[in-house]
Amino acid sequence: MDVMPKWADVVLVPLFSLLLAAFLSALLILAIGESPSEALSLMVQGTLLRSAGWGYMLYYTTNFIFTGLAVSVAFHASLFNIGGEGQAMMGGLGVSLVCLFIPWPHWSLAIVGASVGAAVFGMIWAGLPAYLQAKRGSHIVITTIMFNFIAAGVLNFFLVGALKPKGSMDPATANFPASTHLPTFEDMAQLVGFEKMFRSAPANVSFFIALLACVAVWYLIWRSPLGYEIRALGKSGPAARYAGIGSVKVIMITMMISGALCGLMAINTTQGESERLILNFTEGAGFIGIAVALMGRSHPLGVLLAALLFGFLYQGGAELALWTKIPRELIIVIQALVILFTGALTMMVRAPLERLFLMAWRG
Amino acid sequence: MSFMKSILGSVAAMALTATAALADPAIIFDLGGKFDKSFNEAAFAGAQRWADETGGSFREIELQSEAQREQALRRFAEAGNNPIVMAGFAFADALGKVAPDYPDTKFAVIDVNWLSMPNVRGIGFNEHEGSYLVGMLAAQASKTGTVGFVGGMDIPLIRRFGCGFAQGVLAVNSGATVIANMTGTTPAAWNDPVKGSELTKAQISQGADVVFAAAGGTGVGVLQTAADEGILSIGVDSNQNYLHSGKVLTSMMKRVDNAVYDAFTQGNNLETGNFQMGVANGGVGYALDEHNAALISADMQAAVDAAAAAMTAGTLSVHDYTSDETCPAVSF
Repeated sequence: MDVMPKWADVVLVPLFSLLLAAFLSALLILAIGESPSEALSLMVQGTLLRSAGWGYMLYYTTNFIFTGLAVSVAFHASLFNIGGEGQAMMGGLGVSLVCLFIPWPHWSLAIVGASVGAAVFGMIWAGLPAYLQAKRGSHIVITTIMFNFIAAGVLNFFLVGALKPKGSMDPATANFPASTHLPTFEDMAQLVGFEKMFRSAPANVSFFIALLACVAVWYLIWRSPLGYEIRALGKSGPAARYAGIGSVKVIMITMMISGALCGLMAINTTQGESERLILNFTEGAGFIGIAVALMGRSHPLGVLLAALLFGFLYQGGAELALWTKIPRELIIVIQALVILFTGALTMMVRAPLERLFLMAWRG
Repeated sequence: MSFMKSILGSVAAMALTATAALADPAIIFDLGGKFDKSFNEAAFAGAQRWADETGGSFREIELQSEAQREQALRRFAEAGNNPIVMAGFAFADALGKVAPDYPDTKFAVIDVNWLSMPNVRGIGFNEHEGSYLVGMLAAQASKTGTVGFVGGMDIPLIRRFGCGFAQGVLAVNSGATVIANMTGTTPAAWNDPVKGSELTKAQISQGADVVFAAAGGTGVGVLQTAADEGILSIGVDSNQNYLHSGKVLTSMMKRVDNAVYDAFTQGNNLETGNFQMGVANGGVGYALDEHNAALISADMQAAVDAAAAAMTAGTLSVHDYTSDETCPAVSF
C-alpha cells in the first residue's frame, strides 16, 4: 500500500490543516498581546454554549451550504464557478420581487415561490457565462467573476431606484409583508414549548432547505444519469464527447444548477433574516463557498461539515469582536488562514502526512 | 458532570463580566471600520475624548456583517452597556427592532433622524449646508473654474453632500463646472483609496483643480493624489487639513465626535428624541486651522461666514437632495 486509506485522507488532512491554521492564529493573537486560550473559549462560549450562538452559526452555515454546494456541482464538471456572489445577488432580486409583488397568504407558500424566484434568477445569471463558455469558449472563471460586478451594478440600480421606497436613505427595498416572514428557530422552539431558545437569532427554516439541497445534490451527482454525465465531462471532456455526452448541454445544465443553488442562498438572508433586500446581503458567501467546496471535497456531507466550521468561525469572530480588543482585520486574517490551509495548501499537508501515516502503518 | 460545570462556570463568568461592564457606554462602528480617517474615526475620537476626560471605559465593535448589527446591539444591551451609540444610518432598521426590547437602555444613532422611540436619540446632520460652504471656498480657490466631487458609495446621503457642494460652487461662480463621481455601489466604496486616487486623476485631466472627497476611507487616496498632483483637496467629516498641510483647502466638518461625546457624557440620562445638527447649531461647518490658514484669504472667509450667517438666520436655504431626490446644481 502506497497511499493513505480514504478515511485518513478525508479526516486527517482537513484536521491537520485546521490544527496548523489554529496554531498560526494562536501565534498571531499572542503577538498582539491577547490570550489565545481566552479567545478560543470566548468563541466556543459565544457560539456553542448559547442557543442564540447556534442560531447565528446555523444562519451563516445555511449560506455556506448553498454556495458550497453550488461550487461543488460545478467542480464535478471541472467548471470553476467563481460567480456565486453575483448569482446570489440576483437570487435576492428574485426573492424580493416574488415577496413584494405577489400577495402570499402564508409563509409556506411564499417560501416555495421565493425559492423558485431565487433559483430562476440565479440560474439565468449563471446561464449566461455558461453559454459563453459552452458555445464561445470564453473562460468561465473570467466571465463569472465579471458577472459579479455586473450583478452588483444591477442590484444597485434597483435599490437606489425603482425598489427603494421614496424618501428612504437606505439603499434597500421596503420590508416584505408579514405573511412572507419565515419562522426562525426561535419561533419553532416556542412552538414546542422552549420560550427562551435561539432568542432573536436569524437562523430560520431555510436551514432545512439547505439540508434538503445537500441530499438532492448527492442524488444528482452519484445516483442520476445527469450526474454521471457531469462527472464524465469533468474527468475528461474528449472522452465524454466520444461517449456521446453533449458538452454544451452538460455545461449549461451544470452551471444553471450551480447558479440556482447560489440564488437559493437569498431566501435565508433576504426573506429569512433582513426581510427586505439590502445591498450587500451576500457578504462574500459566494467566495467562502469556494473554500467550503474545497474543504468538503465537493461532497455534500463534506460541504455540510465545512459550512458548519465556517459558520462557527463567523459567529466566533463576532464574539471576539464584541468582547476583546482583537481588531476586525485580524479576525479576517484568522478566517483567511483556515481557508488557506484547508483549501489551497491541502497538498502541502497531505504529502508529509501520508509519509508519516504509512510509516506508522507499516510499523 | 464536568460539562455542566463548565457551562455553569461560563455562565457565572458571563454574569460577572456583565456586572463589571454595567453602565459602561458602548459604540458600534459601521462596516467602513474604525480608522477610516473620516466618519467612523470622528465617532471614535468623540468616544476617546470622553474616556480621556472621565477616565471611564467603553465597549466597541467594528462590524463585519449585516447580521451582526442586531446581534451587537442585543449583546451590548444584555451586558448592561448604556448608552449604546451607533455610527451610521444603516442601523436604523436593526435599532427599530431592538430598541423596544430593552426599554431601560438608551440608544443614540448618528445619521438617523426619523425613528421616534422613547429610548432612542436620533442625530441627523445637514451635510448639504456644510458642503455648500466648502463648495463656496472651492469655487473661490479654483483657477480653472472646474472642481471635482468624489463620493463614496452611491447613496442618497452622499448625493446630499455632492448636491450641497455644487450649489455652493455655483453660488460663487455660476459658470463653474462640477464633475461628480462616485467610487462604487457597494460598501467597499467606503474603503477604496486606490479607486479614489484614480477618480481624482481622471477629474484632474478634465481640468479640476479642487476636489472634495466625501468618501470615508477612500478620501485618503483622493487627498493623497491631489497633494501629489499639486491641486487642492477638501476633506470630510473629521478635520483632515493636517493630512497634507498646506494642500488641503479645508475640511467639511461633521461633528460626529461631538454627537458621540455628548451621548456618552449624558450617560444613563441621555436625552432622547430627534436632533438635527446644522450650521446654525455648530453641527456642520468648515475647518480653519494652521494647516490651511494660508489658503483661505480674508475675502473667502468673509464670503463663507456671510453665507453661514444667512443659513443661521434662515435667509439662505440649501436644497437637500434627500428631500425630493433631485439636485438642481449637478447630475450624478
